[in-house]
Amino acid sequence: MTYIAKPRLHHPSLIKNKAGYTRRDYEGAVSTLCAGCGHDSISAAIIQASYELDVLPHQIAKLSGIGCSSKAPTYFLGASHGFNTVHGRMPSVMTGANLANKNLVYMGVSGDGDSASIGLGQFAHIMRRGVNMTYIVMNNGVYGLTKGQFSATADKGSISKKGVANSDESIDLVSLAILMGATFVGRSFSGDKHQLVPLIKAAMDHKGAAFLDVISPCVAFNNHPGSTKSYDYVREHNEALNRIDFIESRDEITTSYDPGTLTTVQQHDGSLLRLRKLGEDYDPSNKVAAMKRVQEGMQDGEVVTGLLYVDPSPKDLHHHLNTVDAALNTLNDADLCPGPSALDRINASLR
Amino acid sequence: MPQAIAAVNDFVVKFANVNGSGSASANELFARAILRMGVPVSPRNIFPSNIQGLPTWYEVRVTEKGHLGRRGGVDMMVAMNPQTWAEDVKEIEPGGYLFYDSTKPMPASMFREDINIVGVPLTAITNATYSDARQRQLFKNIIYVGALSVLLDIDDNEIKKLFGEQFKGKEKLLDSNVKALNLGRDWVKQHVEADQVKLKVRASNNVGDRIFVEGNNAAALGAVYGGATVCAWYPITPSSSLAEAFQAHCKKLRHDKETGKAKYAIVQAEDELASIGIVIGAGWNGSRAFTSTSGPGISLMTEFIGLASFAEVPAVIVNVQRGGPSTGMPTRTQQSDLLSCAYASNGDTKHVLLFPEDPGECFDFTADALDLADRLQTPVFVMTDLDIGMNHRLCKPFHWDEQRVIDRGKVMTAADLDAGKNFGRYLDVDGDGIPFRTYPGTHPTKGAYFTRGTTKDEYARYSEEGAVYVRNMERLQKKFHTAARIAPQPIRYSSPKPTRFGVIYFGSTNPSMVESLEQLEASGNHVNALRVRAFPFAQSVEDFIHEHDRVFIVEQNRDAQLRTMLMSEFVLDGRKLIPVLHYDGTPITARFITADIEKKLGQLKVVSFEKKAAS
Repeated sequence: MTYIAKPRLHHPSLIKNKAGYTRRDYEGAVSTLCAGCGHDSISAAIIQASYELDVLPHQIAKLSGIGCSSKAPTYFLGASHGFNTVHGRMPSVMTGANLANKNLVYMGVSGDGDSASIGLGQFAHIMRRGVNMTYIVMNNGVYGLTKGQFSATADKGSISKKGVANSDESIDLVSLAILMGATFVGRSFSGDKHQLVPLIKAAMDHKGAAFLDVISPCVAFNNHPGSTKSYDYVREHNEALNRIDFIESRDEITTSYDPGTLTTVQQHDGSLLRLRKLGEDYDPSNKVAAMKRVQEGMQDGEVVTGLLYVDPSPKDLHHHLNTVDAALNTLNDADLCPGPSALDRINASLR
Repeated sequence: MPQAIAAVNDFVVKFANVNGSGSASANELFARAILRMGVPVSPRNIFPSNIQGLPTWYEVRVTEKGHLGRRGGVDMMVAMNPQTWAEDVKEIEPGGYLFYDSTKPMPASMFREDINIVGVPLTAITNATYSDARQRQLFKNIIYVGALSVLLDIDDNEIKKLFGEQFKGKEKLLDSNVKALNLGRDWVKQHVEADQVKLKVRASNNVGDRIFVEGNNAAALGAVYGGATVCAWYPITPSSSLAEAFQAHCKKLRHDKETGKAKYAIVQAEDELASIGIVIGAGWNGSRAFTSTSGPGISLMTEFIGLASFAEVPAVIVNVQRGGPSTGMPTRTQQSDLLSCAYASNGDTKHVLLFPEDPGECFDFTADALDLADRLQTPVFVMTDLDIGMNHRLCKPFHWDEQRVIDRGKVMTAADLDAGKNFGRYLDVDGDGIPFRTYPGTHPTKGAYFTRGTTKDEYARYSEEGAVYVRNMERLQKKFHTAARIAPQPIRYSSPKPTRFGVIYFGSTNPSMVESLEQLEASGNHVNALRVRAFPFAQSVEDFIHEHDRVFIVEQNRDAQLRTMLMSEFVLDGRKLIPVLHYDGTPITARFITADIEKKLGQLKVVSFEKKAAS
């Protein structure tokens, strides 16, 4: 049995959020991933973000594909329905789930093998359809469950644990997501929760296709010298453009990094995304500039992180399809079945 | 003078045209006019995988008796395509008729001596009247309909009424079509003797209140009535018109009157994998969802079908079957996806299949499939085919019971959970193998579970323990037996005389089989027949087989797929089940079935199975 239950009793002094839940209420089962796996830090960030957003735990649906990353949803949001789908096809299942009930918060969790190799097609299409979701790729550049093969996000020239250099070009999911029409695109590092947690919160709050590429080192197979997805490499080459300070109309997020200049992005729902610039002048609402900056970073060997692109007025798939306000899965017979008299008219038109 | 076939309300006219020339609507007009005279017709498109330029045919069987299967043979060929002239002329029955455009003189060698030739200078008439190239092309078609209406005694008032309906509010178009029709009519009246063609249509009263509709359109309407809210699909012949019809029906029937907003969502996905993934996501989340596809699409969907089956998520897949394998014959019909659907995906999987016989059952079964998928929490296939799906077929009017309500199956609500009901997602509480499920978002603290394609215990917890796995697989088997009880039951046709021979068949074979049964009965070959309407098979199917010494299994594929399934599901001696197989891509005919069964009956009557076994 790899399923391990946590004690259900919570300490009475745990602080409840506005929804009346403690942080523990957003946790899942005990992780069975390797000790030190970046994925566990991302799970912790998802728990923290959900808790801080005051979202009701059962109002989140979490979906994943296959792989180490896709196992992660077992380890967070235990009160939410989850769906571990098939390899590389989580996006279509999440699209269908979202169509059925637009009122839940959708959290898709995938890996670099799941999204950039077998699932590249579905990854591209869920972005261009604008499904209202948060899509997180726990990106470690390697196949963990099958013991260390390169994935499609492994950088060209990076060295495997067995000492082999990767000769294929890497797929940059951030660039692809922007190109495919995602309306919120960020990158972060599993080792930087101060940047990651607010990014996840903002992504969950975004009313469109939100994508986060989170570099998440694989301690078992991709954390050695020569790897470009190791803790050391990412720490050294992390070029953070900004950190989200807070989302106005929500509680302030306390942050622990150096103050910089501030910029705000007003979103369609009136909320303000306040970004703290960390270095250069960077405008994340400029799609072309975002593409350029990400490509420049790749050229220079930087891991460019932060909120890279945001469309402040996103439109989602339900908007495109002009669906009714009620969730489709709540429509009843009267809504759905036109009845015998309409059928009589149809019969008459077919004679 | 050659012999001349004489027939009233019982003949076949075949139109040979060039794809994209506008002939389809003219030919349909021809068929509908006869229908309006109260005479049943059964038209079939025989078309290429092409938009413009390749040959296409339209075959109309005029049938007073209402035999709606393909008859085979051609009594009159309307040869409008020079490309296929030779084979078209060859296909005409001796004593039949060749109708052609006689504008240019043709050498005698191009014709046959044993058929009757009717030449009408269509191009000359057209060019003398119209100067615009497109008009010439379109109205030439109407002119030949006009000419044929005089030759065959088709009531031109019915044609004009049809024009009136088609061009309502477009008087100019109406007038120009009537004019073209009369050009053809007048020429024939002046130049052809009234009885030169002895095939005649005489007004009758055999159509009744039946409707004339394509199976794809009917299935789409069934999806609307059955409460489908999500449709995801990928274009593939011959199923594309199903999703398009669903869109058209929803536009009329499923928009909120006040806000104009849609009570449905349709996604044209990037491929069939995504289509079925979307359907499964929606089904998991409590919306009724379906996809429509054909054989190659099923091949792509199989991994997901296994997931939906093992994770127990409702999904409806309408498979409009075409000729396989691989790309096969995209525009020809077959019943060759039974095995690939019934046992789709890796591991021990079995799925529910429904076999509609005509558009009427396409409507019923698609609506039923949505109920069954929810009740059984599993994929349900509606196994139609190109012959039913893409041809207009006369069938009984659609019926919907006022009292009928959507049956969502076993869904536990927040109130149930609060009342303390024990929720185990894969727990068989009722002994029918069907567990309860919850929709995501139901309750803040109870009823959440993790859906997965891996093995799990009764409470949806991941487990690879052998005993847990076996328990789950046995419960799924039990659920499959439940499916056999609640799916559409077989329909039996009994011979008036006792017989030791039976026939089992399914789906679009029905009209030809019914006609064949009449022929067999008339020649003293008595057989009982059973039309199977679903898989898993009802117990009555096995009983039927045991009741007879020999059972012919009639199907439209090479490998006798239904027979294979009967043998393995019921553990039967294959020698008892005699295959009758038609799989050249054309719809099976009564002529074929009768000839094949009579031949095989003849062989059987020489040495009986029991004697042979004893020797």
